[in-house]
Amino acid sequence: MGMGLLFDATRCIGCGACSSACKEQNHLPGEVEDHLSAYTWTTVQPREGLNVRRLCMHCEVPTCVSVCPVAALTKTPEGPVVYDASRCMGCRYCMMACPFEVPKYQWDRPVPVVGKCTMCASRLKNGMPTACAEACPVEATVFGKRDDLIWEARRRLREKPGSYVNHIYGLTEAGGTSVLMLSSVPFEKLGLKANLPAEPPALRTWQVLSNIPDFVGVWAVCLYGVHWITARREDVAQVDRKGAGRHGEDRS
Amino acid sequence: MSKATLGSSHRFRPGFWTAVFGFLFLSFCAVAVIRFSRGLGAVTHLSDQFPWGLWIGFDLLCGVGLAAGAFTLTAVVHLFNLKRFEPIVRPTILTGFLGYAFVIVALLLDLGQPWRIWHAIIYWNPHSVMFEVAWCVMLYTTVLAVEFSPVVFEYFGFQTPARLIHRLITPLVILGVVLSTLHQSSLGSLYLIVPSKLHPLWYSPMLPLHFYISAIGAGIGMVILESYLSQRAFGRQLEMALLEPLARGMVVALGIYGLMRLQAIHRSHAFGSIWNLSYEGRMFIIEFTLSVLLPVFLLSVRRLRENPDWLVGASFMAVLGFVANRLNVSITGMEAASGVRYMPSGMEILVSLGLVATGMAVFAFAVRTFPIFPPGSSEQSPGIREEA
Repeated sequence: MGMGLLFDATRCIGCGACSSACKEQNHLPGEVEDHLSAYTWTTVQPREGLNVRRLCMHCEVPTCVSVCPVAALTKTPEGPVVYDASRCMGCRYCMMACPFEVPKYQWDRPVPVVGKCTMCASRLKNGMPTACAEACPVEATVFGKRDDLIWEARRRLREKPGSYVNHIYGLTEAGGTSVLMLSSVPFEKLGLKANLPAEPPALRTWQVLSNIPDFVGVWAVCLYGVHWITARREDVAQVDRKGAGRHGEDRS
Repeated sequence: MSKATLGSSHRFRPGFWTAVFGFLFLSFCAVAVIRFSRGLGAVTHLSDQFPWGLWIGFDLLCGVGLAAGAFTLTAVVHLFNLKRFEPIVRPTILTGFLGYAFVIVALLLDLGQPWRIWHAIIYWNPHSVMFEVAWCVMLYTTVLAVEFSPVVFEYFGFQTPARLIHRLITPLVILGVVLSTLHQSSLGSLYLIVPSKLHPLWYSPMLPLHFYISAIGAGIGMVILESYLSQRAFGRQLEMALLEPLARGMVVALGIYGLMRLQAIHRSHAFGSIWNLSYEGRMFIIEFTLSVLLPVFLLSVRRLRENPDWLVGASFMAVLGFVANRLNVSITGMEAASGVRYMPSGMEILVSLGLVATGMAVFAFAVRTFPIFPPGSSEQSPGIREEA
């Protein structure tokens, strides 16, 4: 069963308990920054009189998982998109490709790795909620099954239609995400990417990549066919030339 | 006897260019030391907002793209059986091999943990374009090395392996063309995943095809350009009888490519950003003029095509325009969505220049040492032949 987080910007008081809990849980050095970095996996940003959390959205069909050449990123059945630093060669295609611009890099280290929220995958395995959800004093971030969270979000939209824009961010964005968000102002004003297509970006490349085996066979046969025709024509031309020469001799 | 003659006529004479190349090579080494002691942030202007810069845009995309002459010419000679082009196949394969070596060295600096570059062999993800790119780099570099190896075998007088490769040349060339087709197009496919980030002047579902066809065009331009450079450096004749028909091939490739680009821009309704001369529009105009308009129109005129100066000039424009296109896709087109302007640091530029310089120096060394250009086409060769 896929787990997820529901973040309600209208409830968040901007205390930053979630970011501090995240730092502690993941042993991240330094103070909490005002933007995501390799050392700040979640942060609260004041926007339009609201407070909005930034964190990995844990896509249902994650772009980063599809682009990683060494499968260092994987989507676990429980929901989290996790990162295996021991595989990563540092090509940074995940950073390039992520529609939410979440994975960050250790630019200051000679042996760098990617840093991003893992939805506390190890805690989830032990049946515990994420550290951020546990730390939140006002239930602005709640943890639960994604399906249940969608019902909860719909209930809030239905019961207080005036307090929200009528949209659950993450329901369909980039194919849907495990993290869902509610807000009283349009999401692009909170610095979130609006108008992301519901089709996961990963499908666009798979349409090309899945054709490679067929393509290789057909292309190789075509190329050999060209070679066969041109070589055959040369052979025939040679025989003709010889034949013509002998013919000429006969006549003389 | 012949070797001694060659050696004395090409004795090492340090001059201006040697000093420039030496400086660039040493700068490259210095940057490498800083990068591996203090991290990528200390030497590059890369950031979380802009994770791919000059080393991907120029070194990787252009290094691979401009090596496309190798698969094009091997196909022309060995598959289409146009044997008259055979004299320029070897220098083209050498360029291709050096281009790929250039890419691998650049990756060793750009990758966060380059000592894990082989991980793509054991950890598979066939859903990743980068996985395809990694395999194509590995396999095609090997194919190029094998295609070039007879030159080295001949030099050392090993007849058996040279003859073996000669017998296997058809499957080898087919493998090379298939891998190149995949690899050139896959560099375009890399950007299919960012429809919301890459500017519509460059984003298109047809990106793989754009990259493939433009690489063929610019790859031919590279062949013409390097024939000219070796003519200047080694006092050789420009083989106009071979280069003029190649230029016609380039016109066809670039013409098709230009039409496809215009069609793609029409489909994504992006002509507006050209007419209003936005930042992206201006960069596109520079790119398209250099990469398509000028080379196609100039080389369509027979009188200009048969004139070595115009031929070389137009080929140079095509190569420059190709570089402009790859930089536009990887940098210009990605800036707006990233919210930052990326300008490569001095050290990033030094590394790229240092690699180009090293590549040219290795090419010059190889041409002097191995039988790469056919005997008789160099001024010194006839004399050497007689002595031998």
